[in-house]
Amino acid sequence: MTLLVVENLAKSFGGVHAVQGVSFSLAAGELLALIGPNGAGKSTCFNMLNGQLRPDQGRVVLAGQEITGKPPRQVWRMGVGRTFQITATFASLPVIENVQLALLSHRRRILRFWKPLAAEDPAEALALLERVGMADQAQRPCGVLAYGDLKRVELAIALANAPRLLLMDEPTAGMAPAERVALMALTARIARESGIGVLFTEHDMDVVFTHADRIMVLERGRLLAEGAPEAVRADPRVREVYLGHEGTH
Amino acid sequence: MLGNLAVQALSGLASAASLFLVAAGLTVIFGVTRIVNFAHGSFYMLGAYLGWTLATNLPRGHVPFWGGVVLAAVIVGLVGVVVELLLLRRIYKAPELFQLLATFGVVLVVQDAALWIWGPQDLLGPRAPGLRGAVYIFDSRFPLYDLVLIGIGIAVFLLLWLLFQRTRFGILVRAATADREMVGALGVNQRLLFTGVFFLGSALAGLAGALQVPRESVNLQMDLAIIAEAFVVVVVGGLGSLPGAALAALLLGQMQAFGILVFPQITLVLVFLVMAAVLVVRPYGLLGRAPAGHAASLHIVEPPIAPLSPRGRLVAAVALGLAMLAPLVLADYALVVMTEICVAILFAATLHFIMGPGGMASFGHAAYFGIGAYGAALLVKHLAAPMELSLLAAPFAAGIAGLAFGWFCVRLSGVYAAMLTMAFAQIAWSTAFQWVAFTGGDNGILGVWPPAWAVPKPVQAWGALVLCLGGAFLLRRMIFAPFGAALRAQRDSVLRAEAIGIDTMRTRWFAFAIAAAFAGLAGGLFAFTKGSVFPTYMNISRSTDGLLMVLLGGVQTVTGPIIGAIAYTGLHEQLLRLTDLWRAVLGAIIIALVLFFPRGLAGLGAKQ
Amino acid sequence: MLRVTELHAHYGRAHILQGVSLHVRPGEIHVLLGRNGAGKSTTMKAVMGLVPPTSGGVEFLGQPIAGLEPFEVARRGLGYVPEERRVFAELSVAENLEVGRRRPREGLAPWTVERVCAVFPSLAAMLKRPGGRMSGGEQQMLTIGRTLMGNPCLVLLDEPSEGLAPVIVDRMAEAVRALRDEGMSILLSEQNWHFARRVGDTASIIEKGAIVWHGTMQALLADDEVRARYLTV
Repeated sequence: MTLLVVENLAKSFGGVHAVQGVSFSLAAGELLALIGPNGAGKSTCFNMLNGQLRPDQGRVVLAGQEITGKPPRQVWRMGVGRTFQITATFASLPVIENVQLALLSHRRRILRFWKPLAAEDPAEALALLERVGMADQAQRPCGVLAYGDLKRVELAIALANAPRLLLMDEPTAGMAPAERVALMALTARIARESGIGVLFTEHDMDVVFTHADRIMVLERGRLLAEGAPEAVRADPRVREVYLGHEGTH
Repeated sequence: MLGNLAVQALSGLASAASLFLVAAGLTVIFGVTRIVNFAHGSFYMLGAYLGWTLATNLPRGHVPFWGGVVLAAVIVGLVGVVVELLLLRRIYKAPELFQLLATFGVVLVVQDAALWIWGPQDLLGPRAPGLRGAVYIFDSRFPLYDLVLIGIGIAVFLLLWLLFQRTRFGILVRAATADREMVGALGVNQRLLFTGVFFLGSALAGLAGALQVPRESVNLQMDLAIIAEAFVVVVVGGLGSLPGAALAALLLGQMQAFGILVFPQITLVLVFLVMAAVLVVRPYGLLGRAPAGHAASLHIVEPPIAPLSPRGRLVAAVALGLAMLAPLVLADYALVVMTEICVAILFAATLHFIMGPGGMASFGHAAYFGIGAYGAALLVKHLAAPMELSLLAAPFAAGIAGLAFGWFCVRLSGVYAAMLTMAFAQIAWSTAFQWVAFTGGDNGILGVWPPAWAVPKPVQAWGALVLCLGGAFLLRRMIFAPFGAALRAQRDSVLRAEAIGIDTMRTRWFAFAIAAAFAGLAGGLFAFTKGSVFPTYMNISRSTDGLLMVLLGGVQTVTGPIIGAIAYTGLHEQLLRLTDLWRAVLGAIIIALVLFFPRGLAGLGAKQ
Repeated sequence: MLRVTELHAHYGRAHILQGVSLHVRPGEIHVLLGRNGAGKSTTMKAVMGLVPPTSGGVEFLGQPIAGLEPFEVARRGLGYVPEERRVFAELSVAENLEVGRRRPREGLAPWTVERVCAVFPSLAAMLKRPGGRMSGGEQQMLTIGRTLMGNPCLVLLDEPSEGLAPVIVDRMAEAVRALRDEGMSILLSEQNWHFARRVGDTASIIEKGAIVWHGTMQALLADDEVRARYLTV
């Protein structure tokens, strides 16, 4: 089932065409990797999907509903969860309250002034933390967590609105190699179990080729190649632009 | 008529000239060091006092007079260097609020130093030699000295322009204003540059002060009066932009000059309204730029807040019990102090609400305190409303003001937001000050007495205890409730908060209005316990009182503002009783606090 | 000349450098290769003192420099050309060069505006133009020139070819080689293999914050397997 359809997306900054006419689609339960050299337009592309940037042209359609140009909080309401390249969590709140707040926001119950957040049904938040393996650290503030654990908390937060689509910007950056594999294996499992589509950018080619179902290569704002990992790996144009030159594998 | 207009335009230029001198120093210092120097007005005042001393003691004549002016500027520049070396150099990496507070400590110290050296009376200096007369423009008189002042303003602008365009120092200053980290990576020692910039900026303030001596009396209120205007000029022009400062000074000078003709009642309001309007349309000022992403960013992670432990609850309950019993045994004077402390606690708690959990700086929180007080007092005066109704109206009036002002303030961040809050407070203050017919002006509103049942001091103390501590308790509940959690969440990460569907701007806005409403309640109570209201209820000093309480207690704890309010009010009372130089002592304490205990008093107890 | 030993650095809580060691000899161009996000820029910044290393050593001309402030590092003769260029947009080209100017270094021919213009001839015609109104390639030349004005003995060049048109990249390669031929040592970070192989004498490959291979450029050219493993998609 096609979950996300992106048509002819484009964005310029002061005459520089960062992204020019990118189109693709993503199915539920699929892991799609977006790769490319620095400045190829990955971040711009990503930020147009999550609402951080308004595209100059093109459409983004999620499960039949147009989300083009909507601000991040509305994109979230339509069922998109996000993790960030540099983790963004609420450092001063305990892990569980990070998730509780996301759950409450999902139910539009933020404007409450009396009952403490900590007392708002912790069971569901705990269940989410259980899923990402963070239940045992539920009461620690995010500010003291190890980096790899923060990434897992972000995943739990992103799952709090029962998303249809997960956008992960360099999910394994800054992590130790062993953690990377574990995190992406976890993501892949959750995506398949719940039928969530995952779009991620990544620099670690081990991660990309191990976990992605499909790969898109961006170069100078355009899609250079797109397809199954083996096909992309064999594509000479991809080798040309992305470090690889004459290597064989 | 034509002459009259020309003279108004010229006097607008004259005030623009001195405003530019002060603002130029402030903006250059900010551009390079990123410090908003509250003490800049004090340097201006010092320049005026030194200029007075030199003008009265040196022999008459052109050379001694102008020599004295230059000497005063140089001495003030050196004072600036001392402040930079001893204080600011240690806190360049501290949060903005602490820097502002430290420089406010300097303001207090300089105030008392000036009081001690020059005494409390206004000082009138000699006229400038040979410039006593006036010129006639279409048969309207215009003082010759003001004409010279305009010339000096233009000359200094040109000299500064040459300095910044043609010398290596100036080029480095401009480069550092854009990207000081890169300037460092190219081998430039920033410390020397900062000290040099501080000398230049302070000397300009001193020069402006010394040049005022022949125009007006020198007094102890000059510092805060000029700093508010200089902030407006710098913010309207764009922080760090010298041409911006010149443009804004011109604009404001003319507005004041012609505003007097058109709206004599609200010239001050007009000035701050312009600032608010400019900031909403151009958030970084007329010629300012958004700060470059390369500016060294220090992300401060707030520690988590926790509900009271069982032992803490016990302590709080015992303290509350004792406070409730106290009115039975305490003398009237002690009860008055106790009532004041209660009001201070609520005021501090409201400011903490937006600063701590909200992560917003406010330099004009007294506005809402004052609007509450005036709201209640005006009802009593004009409609003879009973106290009960007036006390209910106070938080409403302040809350509505909070919604209106807050809508603008929450759209900006950092220094700009803080400046905007101060501008709104100045609007409120000048309305109360200038709209004499409605608010009584400087004389305030007297006779705001409670009904007979509420006159006894113990009753007032109980009332204050219940309302103020009740208010503080409500705020505390909110901080732990989902709304407060969302408020803390957007402070920790706007990016993440928006990504989970929280409307961060609306959350800040509501918090701002809620805090304003409770501050209004504190102000209303204060009006009835004092029986009167004055414009001073919303001046800069009262806003900084609130800041001091919060920072003394520590921004990061929920109990902090309570401890801070008690400590500050107590300290204030004691200092007032013990020494005439209480400001200097208070200033020194603030400076020491910033340097040695940046986490506040409440942080002392907490294990790091 | 420059020796980095077991350097670790964090960005916030992210562990970006996880033990980087490398060595630049006098008069050579050493290329630090790796994908974006591998830690190239952070290595440069950590050497310069712009990102404080959490552990490990940096030795320059036999002296330890880890923990020094950037301006002190620069004064000892390390020049830094940032990836984002960071031209002072409101300053003219001449003024940008002036910010970089430092006293001549003993035993080295001093850099002047004229000498910079000789290396980058297109700068000569635009000395009065504001840095903000230059093309990407011109800005890149200006930042290199600005750093040279400090008379460094070693230059850290962070991805000089990024975002430049191929013909400009060619010119940049020539300029970098010309600098080396005048005796300048260069540590150059790059993900553009074409550019790297043309200018580099020696190379290191960085991946996930650690050096995974180092050797001469000839060895790298000859080693199909290493290139395939680390430099290929």
